Amino acid sequence: MAAQFPALGLIILFPALGFLFNLFYGARWGRRAVNIVGPGVIFAAFAIALLAFVKLCTMPSGSILTVTLWPWIHAGRFHADFALQMDALSALMTLIVSGVGALIHLYSVGYMAHDDDFARYFAYLNLFELSMLILVLANNLVLMFMGWEGVGLCSYLLIAFWYTTPSNAYAGRKAFVLNRIGDAGFLLGMFTIVAALGAHGVWTLDFAALRDNAGLLAPATATIAAVLLFIGATGKSAQIPLYVWLPDAMAGPTPVSALIHAATMVTAGVYMVARMHFLYILTPTAMDLVATIGALTAIYAASIALVQPDIKKVLAYSTISQLGYMFLGVGVGAFSAGIFHVMTHAFFKALLFLCAGSVIHALGGEQDMNKMGGLRKHLPITYATMLIATLAIAALPPFAGFFSKDQILEAAYNSGHKGLWYLGIITAAMTSFYMFRLIFLTFHGESRVDPAKAHHIHESPRAMTVPLMVLAVLSIIGGWIGLPEGVMWGNKISAFLAPSVGEFTPILHGSFAMLTGVSLGLAIFGIVLAWYFYLVAPGMPQLIAYQLQSAYSVLLNKYYVDELYNTIVTRPLFWISTFVLGRVVDTFIIDGIVDGAGLTVETGGQLSRRMETGNVQQYAFVYVLGVLAIVAYYLYLVTH
Amino acid sequence: MIVSYSWLMALSAAIFAIGVAGVLLRRNILVMFMSIELMLNAVNLAFVTLARRMGSMDGQVIVFFVMTVAAAEAAVGLAIIISIFRNRETVNADELNLMKW
Repeated sequence: MAAQFPALGLIILFPALGFLFNLFYGARWGRRAVNIVGPGVIFAAFAIALLAFVKLCTMPSGSILTVTLWPWIHAGRFHADFALQMDALSALMTLIVSGVGALIHLYSVGYMAHDDDFARYFAYLNLFELSMLILVLANNLVLMFMGWEGVGLCSYLLIAFWYTTPSNAYAGRKAFVLNRIGDAGFLLGMFTIVAALGAHGVWTLDFAALRDNAGLLAPATATIAAVLLFIGATGKSAQIPLYVWLPDAMAGPTPVSALIHAATMVTAGVYMVARMHFLYILTPTAMDLVATIGALTAIYAASIALVQPDIKKVLAYSTISQLGYMFLGVGVGAFSAGIFHVMTHAFFKALLFLCAGSVIHALGGEQDMNKMGGLRKHLPITYATMLIATLAIAALPPFAGFFSKDQILEAAYNSGHKGLWYLGIITAAMTSFYMFRLIFLTFHGESRVDPAKAHHIHESPRAMTVPLMVLAVLSIIGGWIGLPEGVMWGNKISAFLAPSVGEFTPILHGSFAMLTGVSLGLAIFGIVLAWYFYLVAPGMPQLIAYQLQSAYSVLLNKYYVDELYNTIVTRPLFWISTFVLGRVVDTFIIDGIVDGAGLTVETGGQLSRRMETGNVQQYAFVYVLGVLAIVAYYLYLVTH
Repeated sequence: MIVSYSWLMALSAAIFAIGVAGVLLRRNILVMFMSIELMLNAVNLAFVTLARRMGSMDGQVIVFFVMTVAAAEAAVGLAIIISIFRNRETVNADELNLMKW
């Protein structure tokens, strides 16, 4: 049942107004106005999203709220309108995007208190919210792609926010280019669907129409379209092979890392796969590809995170790894489990980044964990909330991550992908190890802080700690809406999302106790190992690093993938650009054409200006000659 | 004595040719200016002649227009020549080549 609900338009209108205000009046009206308008519009959007969510809950299951704002593309028989829809999946995503977004906007007020460019910052952040909300509320693939591009643009603008440092600008460009590669896949996927369904007379990319007509696609076409769309997802959601931009994206302000590069934008790929689940379930090949890439990315990124010294880099690789889990979930058909993990991950990963930001803020910009330690006493709120988030990501009950990650691993096992399940549980052990390594290195042990900075370590202001506490509460209770089947109220989230993304149908039925026991045991093993390595015997890590020199340096250098990409793609491209296109094509052909045109005109001018002698009698003479010629011509006509 | 139209036209052409020659050959712009007047009057003569030949008054009317224009042109032209002379102290056309490339 679809009901008109015009207020959906307000959800995107508020961030749009905030963006315009901050862009044009932010700097003029000053910091106080920006600090109110910037977060205020997102809180307003969140309030309306909540209203829509309540309305949706009062309607029968499977209902959709819709509003068509204006007709958009009507080209021949094809049409796509600027229309929004909110079903269960969109409702959940909208609440995450606007809710977590609002908290991070609030946090940013504190974080950016000493930055003069606050108006530009909040303008970008509001524009991001606008794009992301369009992405999750769009009722067709074209409008979704517009949001998809919008968040990519904002990601670029915010990574390179402090653009005066060349490495930041480079990181922004890198993110933009890699996303563009993925977006090309997304576009081709859309074209494939339009071409294939157009042949059957379905000239639209509305999700409802696609869902009804997906059965018309030939299996091969469905596979091609699904894989192409997934390439788009690997770009946006930082999966192998396009993940390399996300660690560099940490160059941006930390709240940006929390909002865009952990909680919301990077989960757009998972959302897209869940939204297009009717396409993916047609094609086991593409599903297996999604699941395999997800599992491989999860373990691969987790292994890099084990040794990184930079606190934000650890969290960045952790995000890539967790996104891998989500793709593993949707890839084995457990779409609701994947989206559930999107939600819990948004809570605890945003919290982790904000806590890291709080630490970095307190230490005046220090990000190297080897120069931290013993901060527990100075930053009690940050420590407590970060510990909660770490327990959540390490998947210990009753914290949020436990329920969602367990659902994914269970689904991987029960769908018959035992190999991927092994990868998943090993990743779980790695996750708890590297996260507790981060906690122990940062907050426990002896202080290794630069003495010059040690004296002004301070807990962050209220605008920063309040969002931390709210997110900490959510990181504890957020998972309780998805309890295992049969426990208390059971798996509410799966039931809620079922009309949007279908239900998971297991093939095997692994024992719940065994599956949970294994992953829980490995998680605790990781924690104990980290505790032993970094608190009991602090010399151990160096010793192991020394013993396994080559393995350690491979991990520390991120498997040399950046170097590999540089060698096989970037360098040849630069070489071709410089020597072939630059020195030959540009210098000789393009410059030749342009210079040639100029030279022709100039030479012509040089020659013809000699006629201008300035002597009036010469002009008169030429004029008379002309008159004579005309007269002679007419005389000739008359006499012949 | 009746003068034939051919003679009148020939006279007009001769005066016109003298005017053209004056404009092209003399260096003094005042003389060139007088030569232009000569050409205008040669044309006037041709108009009157042909008007009479055709038995129409149109040509004679046009002569009045030409005279009006010639009067105006004389006023403006002489003013320009005086102005040039004041600035450059010469009325030699060869020396007035400011518009040269």
